[in-house]
Amino acid sequence: MFEFLRIYVFTPLAGALVPPAVEMNVVYTLDILAKIVVILVPLVLSVAYLSLAERKIIGWMQVRRGPNRVTFFGIPWLRGWGQPIADVFKLIFKEIIVPSGADKRLFIIAPILSLAPSIAAWAVIPFDDGMALADINAGLLYILALTSLAVYGIIIAGWASNSKYAFLGAMRSVAQIVAYEIAMGFALVGVLVAAGSLNLGDIVRAQSGSVLHWFWIPLLPLFGVYFISGVAETNRAPFDVAEGESEIVAGFHVEYGGMGFSLFFLAEYANMILISALASILFWGGWLSPLQGIPVLGESSLIWLLAKTSFFLFLFLWFRATFPRYRYDQIMRLGWKVFLPITIVWIGGGGK
Amino acid sequence: MIWAPLAPEIALLSAACLLLIIDTLSRDEKRRLTYWLGLAALILSAVLVLAFSPLEPVVLLHGHYVSDPMSAVLKEAICVITIAVFFYAYDYFEEHGLLQGEFFVLSLFAVLGMMVMVSAHSLLTVYLGLELLSLSLYALVAMHRDSPTASEAAIKYFVLGALASGMLLYGMSMLYGVTGTLELPAVSAVIAQEAGRNLILVFGLVFVIVGIAFKLGAVPFHMWVPDVYEGSPTAVTLFISSAPKIAAFAMAIRLLVDGMAPLVSDWQGMLIILSLLSMAAGNVIAISQTNIKRMLAYSTIAHVGFLLLGILSGTRTGYAGSMFYVLVYALMSIGAFGMVILLGRHRFEADRLDDFQGLSRRSPWFAFIMLILMFSMAGAPPLIGFWAKWFVIKEVIAAGYVWLAVLAVTFSVIGAYYYLRIVKLMYFDEPTHLTALKASQEMRFILSLNGLAVLLLGFMPGLLMAVCVQAMRM
Amino acid sequence: MIVQAIFYFFAAVLVLSAALVITVRNPVHAALFLVLAFFSSAAIWLLLEAEFLAIALVLVYVGAVMVLFLFVVMMLDINLAPLREGFARYLPLGIAVALLMAVAMGLVVASGYFDARFPPRAGEAGPAASNTLELGHAMYTDFLYPFEIAGAILLVAIIAAIALTMRKPRTLKTPRPEKQIVARREERVRLVKMEAEKR
Repeated sequence: MFEFLRIYVFTPLAGALVPPAVEMNVVYTLDILAKIVVILVPLVLSVAYLSLAERKIIGWMQVRRGPNRVTFFGIPWLRGWGQPIADVFKLIFKEIIVPSGADKRLFIIAPILSLAPSIAAWAVIPFDDGMALADINAGLLYILALTSLAVYGIIIAGWASNSKYAFLGAMRSVAQIVAYEIAMGFALVGVLVAAGSLNLGDIVRAQSGSVLHWFWIPLLPLFGVYFISGVAETNRAPFDVAEGESEIVAGFHVEYGGMGFSLFFLAEYANMILISALASILFWGGWLSPLQGIPVLGESSLIWLLAKTSFFLFLFLWFRATFPRYRYDQIMRLGWKVFLPITIVWIGGGGK
Repeated sequence: MIWAPLAPEIALLSAACLLLIIDTLSRDEKRRLTYWLGLAALILSAVLVLAFSPLEPVVLLHGHYVSDPMSAVLKEAICVITIAVFFYAYDYFEEHGLLQGEFFVLSLFAVLGMMVMVSAHSLLTVYLGLELLSLSLYALVAMHRDSPTASEAAIKYFVLGALASGMLLYGMSMLYGVTGTLELPAVSAVIAQEAGRNLILVFGLVFVIVGIAFKLGAVPFHMWVPDVYEGSPTAVTLFISSAPKIAAFAMAIRLLVDGMAPLVSDWQGMLIILSLLSMAAGNVIAISQTNIKRMLAYSTIAHVGFLLLGILSGTRTGYAGSMFYVLVYALMSIGAFGMVILLGRHRFEADRLDDFQGLSRRSPWFAFIMLILMFSMAGAPPLIGFWAKWFVIKEVIAAGYVWLAVLAVTFSVIGAYYYLRIVKLMYFDEPTHLTALKASQEMRFILSLNGLAVLLLGFMPGLLMAVCVQAMRM
Repeated sequence: MIVQAIFYFFAAVLVLSAALVITVRNPVHAALFLVLAFFSSAAIWLLLEAEFLAIALVLVYVGAVMVLFLFVVMMLDINLAPLREGFARYLPLGIAVALLMAVAMGLVVASGYFDARFPPRAGEAGPAASNTLELGHAMYTDFLYPFEIAGAILLVAIIAAIALTMRKPRTLKTPRPEKQIVARREERVRLVKMEAEKR
């Protein structure tokens, strides 16, 4: 598809519009932009429908129906499917209110800082063999660096809001994210030791084979640590003390409404999808098929990655419906005193 | 075994890590086990230094590490001095209720840092060894958390120390930029080709010397010394004033002699200024002090001035003289601070000069030990302190700086005043109270040994000097 | 040419944000500008194809160190007025030191030893070479000894931080169920036989 675009659209376009000296550069840039669009649009749509899925699934788990009124272009059997679109419209047209005494510039910039890294991290995710926007050597490191940036959105939002609740939420979130980032980083060290590479594509290729060759078997404890840390990093239940609606209303984003709120929302859900995708890539064979040897189903493809990602997303929702919120000191205890030692022991014992 | 010369360092690092775990698990409030194991670790590494002391320099680990006679002698001295420090410190911490296992662990790491500095063969190792030492010392100074003076001292030490490290690193980066190598002899070789026509080298040299002067505590980079000496718990002062000076001396030799020998005419002048200012300021300001820890701090500054005399003479025998001086100084310094610890009681620091009043009535023996130490520091013959001054001044004259030697002797005479004042206080003043000294048998034994060593070595200075000359042969 | 344009863009951002770090009045803003400065220097490193160092800079400094720094700065609510006292008094000394440093830097940079026309390039071996691998190789061979010492320094830092901040845990009065259930009746209840009082 990108070949087609490059040859029949971008090259003539650039040839017509810019001098020949920079033509190649322009074509290259357009090529990248096209790929970004191809990643971003499905991502944003997934976020929208993940929110619907969340409400539906939790609804079913609690024996209720979830959203079931807004139809999708009037199609009766898609009741509820119009809900995300309605939500989007509502949020876009709401007024943006900056609280008095807030640091206005930081208040506006915080949601953007929160969203940007969680989207930028998608640049290195391989969707299929060789199908990545940027197939860089230090891909895993890049992911770690960008996920560690996400905390800035939260801390700045909490501080700039000039509100006690928001500030408390931000402080909780910072301490929590820093604690779990270390455990998560160590879990990923285990992966790179096993794969011998930081390149995400190479990590998947190192797992090639049947289900038994994937890293979840040798690195099972690390997978557990990684995934639970991922839940904590995204501030999802049961680690959602940063929002803690029963104690501090909505935590760091209590003062945000309209687009500001929806950007935080987008960032949180994009991060969830990212963590799930990474879990499938790092521990569950990425695009590899679990049914090796069977004619069609055995083919490795993008579909498998998406299926695995969806399963982990379901786990996120399941956790939220099942577990009560952790107490704050217990969160810290789990991160520092349980996960960190587990990862260190496993890396020490598991190094080849 | 190619790694054999590294055995003392490896043993010390392993022991420190082991000690850390043992101390964490130990329920003993008295920390007996930590203390004895710490001593055992030091003794073990002292033995290993002796066992693997080389006759020829051995360069290991891709040119970052060297084991030569100088490093062997200095490491041995550092270990022995620290063993004495442990004896004094345990008594002090127990008496003052500050006993924490971390003291012993951090001290072991500090000793490791000193060993790294002493055996450094590249700019990088000098710097890292220095940081390991300094970081441990900052923490040791701040150990007494509830004392505001200790915290203030720690902050001052930390900020100024970090600044000095920055300077040193800046200078090193210039040297590296010009020479393109980290290895000290290689740096020296490149400088030999470049010398005289490169301004950056001189700039780099200036910054390196500033760093060394900070660590030694030479005027005008001495501001931290009195405050840190006064504010720290006495046992930590004792440590800071002794072994790290030996390491700082080694750093000066490694950087200036091994690394920048062709620039000798440049650094000689700078060292003369530092040395002169240190001797002058140290000896004069010490007179007006009423706190013995501050007084000894200024005395340290003055001694550093003398120490620099040997280095600036720029000859092998001069370096040997300085080495002799620093070893002797460390021995005297732990003795003097050991006396301060001895006089202290529960939660009471005997750090005023008045606390020495009439000591001869309370304990004639320890008054005598203090007398020996003070006379030796003042440089009275035939004590070892005299010989230390004698050797460096002889070298300065041999190098042609007669005026400098004359000034050094003058300042030494001025300095004698405040040492002798303590002797006067002990022997000619009435004691304010007659409580007996309270200290453990080990402490008394080691302190006596320390004083007698100063006395006896004075009768055979040639022995120690021969070792120093041998160590500095190449 | 594009690489140069990117370089100058990030260099400008870096210099500007570094200047703002020390001039803005609000300490939180200063810390955030420092973050920006780190970020732009990481971008410049990326241009030198030193991707490992660049990402490590973001990961360590931006992602961890500065977050904790911000955490403290926000909690402390620093009042800047007393910090600025004596500014005029120390200004001459400050300017003198700054000039000295500038002269030294100028001499160093102008000497030709640090010629910027030929910057050392990490990527000379081609895009396939991983400088993570190269760094790892250098660290565990040529620089093994400094690397080990650096490890010891970090260990000392941890010990020092714990030794200086940890207080003995308070003895909490928590119920001990295992002790409660083994308690026997005789320990808790004393039966007293008393004569009934006469009316």
